[in-house]
Amino acid sequence: MIQFKDLSLVYPNGTQGLKDVNVTINDGEFVVIVGLSGAGKSTFIRSINRLVTPTDGELLIDDEDILGYKGSKLRSLRTKVGMIFQNYNLVKRSSVFKNVLAGRLGHTGTFRSIFNLFSKEDKALAYQNLKRVNIEEKLYNRADQLSGGQQQRVSIARVLTQKPDYILADEPVASLDPPTSHQVMKYLKKINQEDGITTIVNLHFIDMAMEYADRIIGMRAGEVVFDGPVSEVSEETFEEIYGRSIREDDLRGSVEEDGEANE
Amino acid sequence: MKKMVKQMNKPSIQEDRYAPMLSPWRVKGKITLIFFLIIGLLFFSSMQTGVDLQALISGLSNMNQIFVKLFPPDPGIVNLAMDRLIETIHMAIIASTFATIVVIPVSLLAARNLATNLFVYNITRFILNILRTIPDVVLAVIFVGLFGIGVFGGIVALFVFSLGILAKLISETVESIDMDSFEAMRASGASSVQAIAFAVVPQVLPQFTSFSLYVFEINIRASVVIGLVGAGGIGNLLMQQFSFYNYDAVMMIILIIFAVVVVIEYISGKIREAII
Amino acid sequence: MALEQPPKKQIPTSKRIKRIAIALAVVAIYIWTFASINIDFGRVIERASANFSRVLPRLFSPNWDMAGEVIEMMIETIFIAYVGSLAAAILAIPLGFLAAHNITNSRIITTIGKWILSAVRAFPEIILAILFVVVVGPTPFAGILAIAIGSTGMLGKLYSEVLESIDMNVVEAMKANGSNGLQIMFHGIFPQIIPEFLSYAIYRFEVDVRASTILGYVGAGGIGTMIFFAQSSRNWSDMGMILLVIIVVVTIIDYTSSYIRKRIV
Repeated sequence: MIQFKDLSLVYPNGTQGLKDVNVTINDGEFVVIVGLSGAGKSTFIRSINRLVTPTDGELLIDDEDILGYKGSKLRSLRTKVGMIFQNYNLVKRSSVFKNVLAGRLGHTGTFRSIFNLFSKEDKALAYQNLKRVNIEEKLYNRADQLSGGQQQRVSIARVLTQKPDYILADEPVASLDPPTSHQVMKYLKKINQEDGITTIVNLHFIDMAMEYADRIIGMRAGEVVFDGPVSEVSEETFEEIYGRSIREDDLRGSVEEDGEANE
Repeated sequence: MKKMVKQMNKPSIQEDRYAPMLSPWRVKGKITLIFFLIIGLLFFSSMQTGVDLQALISGLSNMNQIFVKLFPPDPGIVNLAMDRLIETIHMAIIASTFATIVVIPVSLLAARNLATNLFVYNITRFILNILRTIPDVVLAVIFVGLFGIGVFGGIVALFVFSLGILAKLISETVESIDMDSFEAMRASGASSVQAIAFAVVPQVLPQFTSFSLYVFEINIRASVVIGLVGAGGIGNLLMQQFSFYNYDAVMMIILIIFAVVVVIEYISGKIREAII
Repeated sequence: MALEQPPKKQIPTSKRIKRIAIALAVVAIYIWTFASINIDFGRVIERASANFSRVLPRLFSPNWDMAGEVIEMMIETIFIAYVGSLAAAILAIPLGFLAAHNITNSRIITTIGKWILSAVRAFPEIILAILFVVVVGPTPFAGILAIAIGSTGMLGKLYSEVLESIDMNVVEAMKANGSNGLQIMFHGIFPQIIPEFLSYAIYRFEVDVRASTILGYVGAGGIGTMIFFAQSSRNWSDMGMILLVIIVVVTIIDYTSSYIRKRIV
């Protein structure tokens, strides 16, 4: 369970990233955070694994305030919270397999990992997760030989190999085309349902948010302006969150083109 | 026909009057000023160093002295020179090896994108900048002074000298990498050392290998040179023969050095091409 | 937990053999090196323990009485570098043109040109200085010749690379409208290359100042002469002063030169 209590974040340059945020995210939920760029979605997500540090309030994960975490405590929090990025953030020159194994780093001693001495179980787990996202045949390809959608699937496998309790995804489909976007979201949703991993996704596409979320949180200027189940959301809700009428580019487009799971 | 074209392209004088000047007088003035500055400095420097046209001409006419004094090269020195040459190469190998090992932590400290402590970063940079201004020979003089005449002082001097160059090259490479994957490692709970090993190392490894070979090339030359000041190897032999006025032997040694430098740079260059 | 193991990575045998061969070669080189290098550690330690306290404190307390003399010699060093690199900057122009394959049509000439340039570069400046001291005697002039020749090798190579990267369309257009060789040179080629040529020449001056500091050690003039005397008389506080002046002057010249180069290009 993640609890934001009066959480605020002011960046050194004076920008207000978060403003008095009060949100509770329950275990197993699939939450989509929507808002325009600069609304604080990224800050919200990055506070949870402390890539940024809120300046005021409390942030409880499994009933522990994480804001004071440092060193090994912070690292063990981060092994528990996996993250998926807009630009996949793979090591482009390394193989797919090595990238996925990197998910085990937090669970592996520094010495062992530097000499690539991962246990048999770790390797099997990494392979298993590559299979889950249907990309196991690219095992020994270099990451930069893969298409964007394939790279994002590898990064999902990497997060799974981390065995997290929570997955954060920061605009995971912003660099992808519509069919691949749906594919990636479907994998995320499937993992959420099968493994019960709490998943928090930043999106700015309204239709995708509606299709995959259990619950939507709307943000504007660092504040939470909407929080409720998808059933309560309508077009007016989005217009309220965005502070303007809905446009074409707020929509990702149809899922229909998505026939094949492999590309 | 060709003539026609030529004429058409040459603007007549009348047209030219209305055309904008290619370079306005201010730019022209500036260029003239710089030109005279360069020439003036040249004359001044020539005077100070006692070089004038006369010296140049008499110097050049002395060039035939090369043949008189330096030829034929003395083949008697070859065996001794080869022994000392191998010593020189060994010095370069050892110094380059230690420099490539030590440069890893140093270049990480001197890379802005990985610097967690700005104070340490600035100090490292400062020391490296000073180090790079000191010529190899001067370093050799100092370390030979510290450790005595011989190979050891030379190796230390080469090590320090090449560390300065290598650290700059590698830290700049580290600064140019894609930090996204590093962020991902940190976000998955990896320690800094792990994140560096998995995200930074694969990205810099090809350049690292190439630069290490490049530094080995530099060290081969430098190890010849520092021998002149007592740091062992073939340079030492060269200096001995030079101070005994054995110019035929000097020429032979120089030819050997030349051949080795060319061969090693060629091989190393080919390997570097294959890597990147 | 019995999960399926990933398939083993297939590495072609030829690649495997190549890797093993390289590894063996590297190991052999190191064994050869460390087995035959002759370091008398006993003497090194004995010397170091005797010398550290004698050398280091004095090195770090420069002899300020020498400052005037040292600076004077440093100025001579700069003059040597200046005349040498200016001569090289000019000498390298025809050589650069000869070695550039898009300017010189004959493959034989460009190959010979490139060969001469790289041959010259293989000589460290101080070795050239030894040669010229033999020929013209122990004067700054020998140093200037060494710098001039050494820099010509590198500048010629850089110039020819600049030339090979120019936009040949302009040259073709000028040929098409009937310009002669000289016109093409002055209006088609020079405007494209002058900034880079200048920038490289200035950079080379920067390198040459560093190189000139040591030429005096073999009698070719400049501050190196003082390094020689300070070493032979074990006068480490003089050496400290020399070192300080070299560091300061080289730093200043590096900064000025890179500032000018940034403005040119």
